[in-house]
Amino acid sequence: MVTSVLAVVRAPLELNALVAAVNDGTGGQGAVVTFLGLVRNHNVGRRVHYLEYEAFEPLAVKAFGRIAEEVRERWPGATLALHHRIGRLEIGEASVAIAAASAHRRDAYAACRYAIERVKQIAPIWKREFFDGGDVWIEGATADPEDRNALAEAERVACA
Amino acid sequence: MRVTVRLFARLRDIAGASELAREVAAGATIGTVWRELAGEYPELEHYERSISSAVNADYARMDRVLCDGDEVAFLPPVSGG
Repeated sequence: MVTSVLAVVRAPLELNALVAAVNDGTGGQGAVVTFLGLVRNHNVGRRVHYLEYEAFEPLAVKAFGRIAEEVRERWPGATLALHHRIGRLEIGEASVAIAAASAHRRDAYAACRYAIERVKQIAPIWKREFFDGGDVWIEGATADPEDRNALAEAERVACA
Repeated sequence: MRVTVRLFARLRDIAGASELAREVAAGATIGTVWRELAGEYPELEHYERSISSAVNADYARMDRVLCDGDEVAFLPPVSGG
């Protein structure tokens, strides 16, 4: 199966496909680190029933491309695969899947952590939370790919 | 000239539409379009400092001058992941 490495998808996420996609075929990779973000049943004291995600898809895919490029600049040789799901997601389902491969585990861990931080900072994706008694659009970071403070924070977290 | 405006998440709910067509004067910027929209939909003003914008699906600053046929997108703070 051919997997687009960076994508916004509607179907359930397949982590194994991402693990296969980051294999560069050289035999020089020694580590793959993966991350799955799940829909949680509680948020700031609210009982969450489900989430609905939407994306500005063409810009989201470009943002993922930018993140992959940033990863390559910081951890040369690292490869990244990233899928974000949209639509209605039930509790326990995966909303985002990331795989990062590198020669050594340190870089693979850092690249994976960096990527999820950057997704949360700049990807034009929104979640609407449906909870006991109502629903609300969750609003997090002001998306600015060139914000130096955000970049520094993602690097700090990745290398902590 | 004519531009298309795309709105997402709560901005779309406020305006009641995901896509709007707007006539703007030559030399208009993204900011011009935003201020006109905020005049039409006062609730949008809360987002003055927190929105991001894009033209033709690329991030762009509010002072970007628009061309006829451009698609301008306004993005509230994001919450992916």
